[in-house]
Amino acid sequence: MKPSSRLPQRLVQIGILVVLLVTWYWETLPGGINQLLLPAPAPVFRNFWILLTTNSIWPDLAVTVREWITAFLIATIGGCTLGYVISRSGYAVRVFDPLLAGIYSIPAILLFPLYLLFFGLGPGSKIAIGSTIAFFPVVLNTIAGLSYVDKAYITAARSMGANDLQLFWNVMLPAAFPVVLTGLRLGCILSFLSILGGETISSLAGLGHRIVSLAENMESAQMFGNILFAVLMAFIVNGVVSYAEARGRRGMQ
Amino acid sequence: MNRGVETAIKIEGVSQAFGAEGDPRRVIALESASLDVARGELMCLIGPSGCGKSTLLNIIGGLATPTTGRVVIDGQAVRGPSPQKIAFVFQENTLFPWRTVVDNVKLGMAFQGVPSSERNERAHEALKAVGLDDFANHYPAQLSGGMKQRAQLARALGLQTEILLMDEPFAALDEQTRMVLGEDLSVLLARTGKTIIFVTHSLVEAVFLADRVAVLTARPGKIKKIINVGESHPRKSNFMTSPKLGALRNELYELLHDEIRKTMTLRGETSEGA
Repeated sequence: MKPSSRLPQRLVQIGILVVLLVTWYWETLPGGINQLLLPAPAPVFRNFWILLTTNSIWPDLAVTVREWITAFLIATIGGCTLGYVISRSGYAVRVFDPLLAGIYSIPAILLFPLYLLFFGLGPGSKIAIGSTIAFFPVVLNTIAGLSYVDKAYITAARSMGANDLQLFWNVMLPAAFPVVLTGLRLGCILSFLSILGGETISSLAGLGHRIVSLAENMESAQMFGNILFAVLMAFIVNGVVSYAEARGRRGMQ
Repeated sequence: MNRGVETAIKIEGVSQAFGAEGDPRRVIALESASLDVARGELMCLIGPSGCGKSTLLNIIGGLATPTTGRVVIDGQAVRGPSPQKIAFVFQENTLFPWRTVVDNVKLGMAFQGVPSSERNERAHEALKAVGLDDFANHYPAQLSGGMKQRAQLARALGLQTEILLMDEPFAALDEQTRMVLGEDLSVLLARTGKTIIFVTHSLVEAVFLADRVAVLTARPGKIKKIINVGESHPRKSNFMTSPKLGALRNELYELLHDEIRKTMTLRGETSEGA
């Protein structure tokens, strides 16, 4: 066994971060990389701290969060409904499942220019791209969850006299729940990422918009501060959603 | 079977074929099987694998429709599941993993239409009967294989049906667990007086549990012979080692041996086969 593998993982992870930070600091000393391209850590963290402690970022944050929640709701309602309808018939599953999986493999961000034309530069186009991208994992996992429930459960429920409604609520839905939940987690994270991406391409407000306009004004330190903020948010979103998924799974055993 | 005893289940010339007529892949699983099961009797079905034992059980329970023939219960032909009269215990674990043991038992009653006020008491009663009340709030994943089968039995008992259909319920368990579960089942059945059809692969299990054993032939399955065990329930563990059980087991073995050979030959699994 190599000595490194005996070290606690956390320590190694922190070590890597420290090495990166030191390298960053080293390279931005006088005579190093231009401050416009890579500002020193100190001003970046100062800007990051300002974002955390003042409410200057709130208007943009509110725009992004509103777009994100709207997009995720649209994807959830649309994906779950369509997934349910398709899963009702084995024929529909065989027709639509490969079709949707095929479309899912196309990078949907390519639709963004079109959405800009359709819905304008405002939140509409971000909501459209966010919900488009989140829709696919939701619908595909809903189909997978509902149409591959173990036949033995269904036979057992029928033998005890379950009607269609009882079968759906007490057997199909809980059996499919963990798979659907995974789809929702993916959809939630993907819609957030694609909305940020959309905002950096073309937008009037939002987190991504802030970062791009700061870059265009050569406010590098501020821009990096905002990027750190976006990273922190993505980190929190992922943590919260994964926690919700784990809780949901445990609840259903 | 004692003459004059009331017939609970009448199986009349039941055949079951899979695949359309004329299709070369058409399989005839059962061929005009006829059998009368008396009220309160435990009938074991035994036969080589693929002889249609489980198919017959599903037909009796209304989970499958026979190609020809019919099953009559209480003077009525079976046309689909009748949860008020018939409860199943399956070979595979069909407890819903997202519900606790007691909630599984209660859900069965909810499906059957038992008013919610009665479910709790009845569920705990059924769990006590199988010795699982201490595990009422466990999830199925926390139970051993034998306990899972006890829980499935409790779910079936909770339905308080007259008829119990058991499809190799102990097949996935080790021999020692099977022995204990078999003894407990015998005690339980002596008390409840249910009519039971029990499908098994095990000769000893069949003789130990059954009032009568119906031996099926290799595919297409027919009733080859019915053996009377003639030993009262509850059966004690000393019946397991008795010469009577041994003799009956040997008789079953003789009856089954040729049929099992036939099945293996059909599949090319023996030296004579290929």
